[in-house]
Amino acid sequence: MEHKQLNPELINLVQQWKGKEGNLIMILHEIQNHHGYVPRELSLELSKMLDVPLARIYEVITFYNFFKLNPPGKHRIALCMGTACYLRGAGVILEEVKNILGIREGQTTKDGLFHLDVVRCLGCCGLAPVMMIDNKVYGKVKKSEIADILSKYIKEE
Amino acid sequence: MYAKVVLVKDTDLKREDRTREFYTRLLDCLRETNLHSQIQVVRVADIGIYDRGLVIKILPDKVTYANVQDTDIKRIVEALSEEKVVEELVFKPKAKQYRLVLRNCGKIDPENIDEYISNGGYLSLKKAVTELGQQKLIDEIKASGIRGRGGAGYPTWMKWNFAREVASDQKFVICNADEGDPGAYMDRSVLEGDPHSVIEGLAIAAFATGASKGYFYVRAEYPLAVERIEKAISQAYDYGLLGKDILGSSFSLDIEIRLGAGAFVCGEETALISSIEGKRGTPHPRPPYPSVKGLWGKPTVINNVETLANIPVIVSRGGKWFAQIGTQTSKGTKVFAVTGKVKNSGLVEIAMGASLRDIVIDICGGTLSGKPIKAVQTGGPSGGVIPERLLDTPVDYENLQKLGSIMGSGGMIVIDDEDCMVDIPKFYLGFCVEESCGKCAPCRIGGFQMLNYLKKISEGKGKPEDLGQLRRIAQAMQKASLCGLGQTASNPVLSTLKYFEEEYNEHILNKRCPAGKCSSLVTYSIISEKCKRCGLCFNNCPVKAISGDKEQGYSIAQDKCVKCGQCFEVCKFKAIDKK
Repeated sequence: MEHKQLNPELINLVQQWKGKEGNLIMILHEIQNHHGYVPRELSLELSKMLDVPLARIYEVITFYNFFKLNPPGKHRIALCMGTACYLRGAGVILEEVKNILGIREGQTTKDGLFHLDVVRCLGCCGLAPVMMIDNKVYGKVKKSEIADILSKYIKEE
Repeated sequence: MYAKVVLVKDTDLKREDRTREFYTRLLDCLRETNLHSQIQVVRVADIGIYDRGLVIKILPDKVTYANVQDTDIKRIVEALSEEKVVEELVFKPKAKQYRLVLRNCGKIDPENIDEYISNGGYLSLKKAVTELGQQKLIDEIKASGIRGRGGAGYPTWMKWNFAREVASDQKFVICNADEGDPGAYMDRSVLEGDPHSVIEGLAIAAFATGASKGYFYVRAEYPLAVERIEKAISQAYDYGLLGKDILGSSFSLDIEIRLGAGAFVCGEETALISSIEGKRGTPHPRPPYPSVKGLWGKPTVINNVETLANIPVIVSRGGKWFAQIGTQTSKGTKVFAVTGKVKNSGLVEIAMGASLRDIVIDICGGTLSGKPIKAVQTGGPSGGVIPERLLDTPVDYENLQKLGSIMGSGGMIVIDDEDCMVDIPKFYLGFCVEESCGKCAPCRIGGFQMLNYLKKISEGKGKPEDLGQLRRIAQAMQKASLCGLGQTASNPVLSTLKYFEEEYNEHILNKRCPAGKCSSLVTYSIISEKCKRCGLCFNNCPVKAISGDKEQGYSIAQDKCVKCGQCFEVCKFKAIDKK
């Protein structure tokens, strides 16, 4: 694996946040925005720059669902399991996605194309059941439509 | 251009759709009277009214007629030509929505501060800073009787007053926009549709308590909301409504955004504070309350988005005016996100005291399938279910609590008879177990154990004494948990046990799930009278549990069946029985 380094932009950013109290979560957000996850090398560097023990950084990363320790797939599928979606059959949709891709929630397909996450409420309950791929929202999804939706992304390759 | 538009829709779902014929008749009549060039008739897919026969809406007059008969067409057209209204046909809705919090949503451009200002925006901040002063301002809020909209319903003025009375070199105000309750999106809509009203509310709260620094704690899962608040904050700085010496006074306020990172427990005040401090979001014992000792040990007021959006209205129209709306103990309006098995899902804002029936039946049109409502769930994972027979209860903080639920932040889920009352609490409890921060034992262990019992029951392995155990653990969690998450996590279980114990017993004693939801308790069989022997189920069964042929007919071998429901789904003749 290539060695990830803080690029100048991020160094700048850390400098900007450095003096502020409670900066850690905001910096981690920026790192994840940039890389898609929080690489261990960067956590190590961050620990030196901020003079915060690595354990403290990991304590925070692992507490919050939002932060990831592993690189995500190219397309992130976020399947909503909020109450409204659950009642309108999100469970069936999840099974179908798992069947087609052959992965479980939280995993990435072998080709690195899809990463499947189950999320709690995307905030568009009126469209339940909802699935989001990258930033595109698919509402009122039917089991029979899943294969079509996913194949669009596979064809793009 | 047409001078008027007439929308037409047959809202009677039980009968065949008569919209088309009615549309033609109306057009004919308009042609006869030579009005067809000025009036456009449009057939619409949904008119927002249900079971009221043929409904027509006339725009821009905003006149709605319901239960219109063919014989009425003539007088309606006559009235149209004379600019009159046929009084006896006018539709009078029983329950009306009251847009106070959502006053600007969808009406103004949320990214343009000028539109907010031209609708009276920031005048309340000006009034507070230049006319009222701290004491009078808090008096107004007290007179309004507004209580926190985030869930617990604590009087807002008391929070503010506590923080004001503490002497400190630095105080903070925080807007809690970490809307984690699955199935609720009121705060998101306000932040995205009217961000300035929340900023104004936060600025007024800061002025009242003497805070000079404010934070927005927003979910990272709401990127558009974050973007809009960022934009709104920078516009407010440009106009001198934030920053140093606001509106020529000595009051200064800086506001920053802090992102949440997906932890439900961070909606709890003390956990939220830990998260803003950049730590794990675990709660602390209270007291000391955040109003006295909060963010970095300084007095901190935390208000929910909806609460803050109410503040500018209270300041501009006065506490007394606000207190007229609502019930004795709960003032103002409440926004609910109505979802689930409901025809018209969406945000509903009503004055407190409207009944649940007004909301789910009159405004939202009842269930999607037309089947009777079984129950309504309020308050998300911390709330409970309210059975159909109690739907006439007026909505306020006390009433919902009496019924074993809570107002919560405003999620409202409609449940029909296809939903299982063991499955729903299992879903909510599963959520709370995942989101429990693990700091205190009652919540961490109690939730896990309760979930195990529910799983056992839903698999048909439950014992009658399990219900007693569930109640005991629930009580322990309520009394001993550190924060609101643990204290209320058992509400869904307790309320379903209270109102639907017979359904639990069906699972335990008869090994049957009446709703057909718990897959291990469902059996599929083929109804031979309905079966057309097409063989579709035979071909689709993934485990070859269906045997037979087109001559003999088919049957399902129960010992091989894995209860996937595939046969039930593919059958075109409804010949598969699911019990």
